[in-house]
Amino acid sequence: MATPVIKLPDWFKPVLYFLLIVVILALAWEGYKLLAAPGGQYLLGTGPIKVGEERVPGPLCQSIGLCEIDLPIRADDRAMPHIKDMVVTIFEPPRRGSDVLLFTILLQASLFTLQEAIAGFLMGGVLGFSLGIVFAHSNLLERGLLPYVVASQTVPLLAIAPMVVIWLGGNWLSVAIIAAYLTFFPVTINTLRGLRSPEPTALELMQSYAATRWHILWKLRVPAALPYIFTALKVSATASVVGAIIGELPSGIADGLGRVILNFNQYYATGPEKLWATILFASLTGMAFFLIITILEKVFIHHQPANT
Amino acid sequence: MTEPTVSIQNVNKIFGQGTNNEVHALKDINLEIQPNEFISLIGPSGCGKSTLLRVVGDLITPTTGAITVNGKNAHQARLTRDYGMVFQAATLYEWRTVAKNVQLPLEIMNYSKQEKEARTNKMLALVELDEFHKHYPWQLSGGMQQRVAIARALAFEPSLLLMDEPFGALDEMTRERMNFELLSIWTKTNTTVIFVTHSITEAVFLSTRVAVMSARPGRLVHDIKIDLPQPRDNDTRENVRFFELETEVREALRESEGRRE
Repeated sequence: MATPVIKLPDWFKPVLYFLLIVVILALAWEGYKLLAAPGGQYLLGTGPIKVGEERVPGPLCQSIGLCEIDLPIRADDRAMPHIKDMVVTIFEPPRRGSDVLLFTILLQASLFTLQEAIAGFLMGGVLGFSLGIVFAHSNLLERGLLPYVVASQTVPLLAIAPMVVIWLGGNWLSVAIIAAYLTFFPVTINTLRGLRSPEPTALELMQSYAATRWHILWKLRVPAALPYIFTALKVSATASVVGAIIGELPSGIADGLGRVILNFNQYYATGPEKLWATILFASLTGMAFFLIITILEKVFIHHQPANT
Repeated sequence: MTEPTVSIQNVNKIFGQGTNNEVHALKDINLEIQPNEFISLIGPSGCGKSTLLRVVGDLITPTTGAITVNGKNAHQARLTRDYGMVFQAATLYEWRTVAKNVQLPLEIMNYSKQEKEARTNKMLALVELDEFHKHYPWQLSGGMQQRVAIARALAFEPSLLLMDEPFGALDEMTRERMNFELLSIWTKTNTTVIFVTHSITEAVFLSTRVAVMSARPGRLVHDIKIDLPQPRDNDTRENVRFFELETEVREALRESEGRRE
C-alpha cells in the first residue's frame, strides 16, 4: 500500500526553521543567565557568597583561583529579564488601575507606527525610483547629484529628525518624511543599477525598431530593473520602520512605538520586561512589512525560475 | 535590372579616430545586394563583419561612405523599420512570454490588437512553436529561443533580415535543423538576408552568395556565387559541387587571412 504524501506549502520549512532559531536563541539567553552567580555580575562560582554577615570568596575562587570573573553582559533580572517574564508581561496591564493589556497597547502602537512607516516607504520609494530614472538618463545630473545623495545618508538621523519636526511640526507627516529619508537611498541606487542592467544587444534591438526613449524605458529598462528594485524595497521596508520610530522620538506623538519605548526606557527599573516586549513588537512590525514586500515581489516577478 | 535592396558604397569605419586606440575596422567596402538574395559575410575573427552588419542597420555610423536600403539611406531605413535583426544571443525578454516577446516590435510600431495577435500566431506557426505561446524563455532550449527571436524579427514583415551569427551558440545538430528552417522561412517570406557566420559549411549551404572579408582592416576580397540548386536539402550537403564551393570559400579565407595590411 502506498504511503500518502502530504505536500507541505513552500513557506512551511522557512517558518519552521525560523521558529527553531527563536527557540535556540531563547535557550541560549536562559543558558547564559544560568552561568551567572547570584547578582548577575560574576561567573557562577567565582563571585563572593554571603555567609551570614560576611562575604566569602566563591567555591571556584577557593579551589582553582578563578575569582570575580566579570561576565561580558550583566545577567541579573534587571539587565536580562527571563524570557518567560517578557512573554507573561505582554498579557498583563502595564498600568496599575487599568485593564488594558500591554498586548493591546503594543499592537495599537505598532500599527500606528507601521502606517507612518508605510507612508514614508511610499514617499521614499517614489522619490528613489524617480531619481533612478533621472540619473539613468542624464550622466550630468548623476555625476552632479549622486554625491549629495550619498552624503545625505551619512548625516545621523537622530540629528535630522528634530530639525524636520521643527520645520513641519510634530505630526505624522514629519515622521513619514524622516522614514522616507532612510528609504529613498537604497531604492535610488538599485533602480539606477537595474535600469542600466540590460545588455547592449537588447538596446540594439530596440534601436532596430526605432523605439523612442519612452519605449525603451518602460518596455525594457523598468521591467529589467524590477528584481533590483524589489531588493531595495525589502531593505527599505525595515528601514522605514526604524526611521518611523526614530522620527517619533522628538515629535511628541503619543500613539506610536517611539513614545512607548521612551516611557519604558524611563521607567526601566520598575519593569524591564516591558521594554523588551516592546522591542519584540517593533521587530515583528519590521518583519511583517518585509513579508508583505516579499509577497508582492512574487506577484510582480512571477516569471523567474524558482532559484533566482 | 532591378534596384538593389542594399547598396554599400565606399564605406569605411574607423573607431576612436584621432585617439591612441584608433581601429580601422572597415576599409572601402563596396557591395550591392539584390532583392531576395541570401548573402553570407564570412571572414576571420575581428574582420569587421558584425560591424558591417550594424553599419547597414544604422546602429553604427560609418566614418565615410553611404548605405542605401530600399532606396533610402540607412538612417531612414531604420526609422521606417525596413529590417529585422537576429543576434547570436536570442535576447528575449525574460519577463515576457513567448507570444509577448514576438509582439514586442508590434507594440512599439503601434499595431492594433487584432493585428498583433494575428501576426504573432502566424509567426509562431512559421517557426513551429504554436504550442509555446504562454511559455517563458527560460523554459525553452537554445534552438527554440532562436526560433522565437526569428519569429520576432519577422513579425513586422521587414524586407531585409540582418543576422549576426544567430546559430553560433547552438550545437551542430540543432544548427543544421535551424539552417533548414531558416531557408524554408526565407523562401516563404521573400526576404533579403545578410547573414554573418564563422562556418564555411553554413555559409555555402544557406546562401546564394558568399562575401569573404579580409582580416582587419576588413575589406571585401572575394565574392563567390553559390550556384547550388534550390531548394537546398540533405542531399545538397553531399553534392560534389558543395565540396567544391566549400573549398573555394576556404581557400579564399586562407588567402584573406594571409593578407594583412
